[in-house]
Amino acid sequence: MSKILPAPWLSLFLLVFWLLLQNSVSFGLIILGAVFAVLIPLYTHRARDFSIRVRKPLILVQYAVLLLIDIIISNFNIAAVILTPRRKIKPALFEYPLDITGEVPITMLASTISLTPGTISAELGRDGRSLLIHALNVHDVEAVKRQIKERYERRLQEIFQC
Amino acid sequence: MLQSLPTWADYLASALVIMGALFALIGSFGLLRLPDFMTRLHAPTKNTTLGVGGIILGSTLYFSVSSGLSLHELLIAIFLFLTAPISAHLLAKAGLHLEYKMIKETQDLRKKPEQYSDKDD
Repeated sequence: MSKILPAPWLSLFLLVFWLLLQNSVSFGLIILGAVFAVLIPLYTHRARDFSIRVRKPLILVQYAVLLLIDIIISNFNIAAVILTPRRKIKPALFEYPLDITGEVPITMLASTISLTPGTISAELGRDGRSLLIHALNVHDVEAVKRQIKERYERRLQEIFQC
Repeated sequence: MLQSLPTWADYLASALVIMGALFALIGSFGLLRLPDFMTRLHAPTKNTTLGVGGIILGSTLYFSVSSGLSLHELLIAIFLFLTAPISAHLLAKAGLHLEYKMIKETQDLRKKPEQYSDKDD
């Protein structure tokens, strides 16, 4: 299994990607895509210096749906802030202590923070244990931290078990 | 290539495209209105995701109804979701390193602000 398919998720992703690019599904295309999906990970395997193991794929799907909903809400929130004439906004720059470890989970959390309501991850602390976050309009920083922890970090922790 | 669609698809696709265009417009408008570099970053990174998202959904709907299932627009959305946070992150990082001025309402809760800066004193 691991000899032929060193990264099964990457292979699946490549196959779906190939079919989307072709914009049609036929037997020949699936076979050709499958060949690519096996060969490309084999070839690039040595260059991957990190490993991801998704322990709970179901929660990952749930996470994606949650993220999509939050992105839509976030868009409306920002639009409201922009369009309200001269409303006093209260930006904040704060450090968020990380519980999760590993490059991929932290990257995912940082991207999530950047995509969701009014927050952007600005920098990873030098020790890798905290994220610097800029928020557009917050009154209670602790509440934002708590929300990130409970909504996203908890779930990522479960997905990757780290 | 342009064909007439059933009325419901016509309206839905137009609504999606208009919504997407509106959000893109609001995002660009935000660039103009928000007070400093860091807050300005929020507008284009967030609103373009839904802006482009709406247009992509409209396009998917139009071509799926008029000439068979068409999903490769989704790839654009995937790439956008992968790259938008990263460019936002890098811009924010650059802003911090150069110590761009932030408006005075900003609550700066950094414990050691100097560790994020590259400026020589």
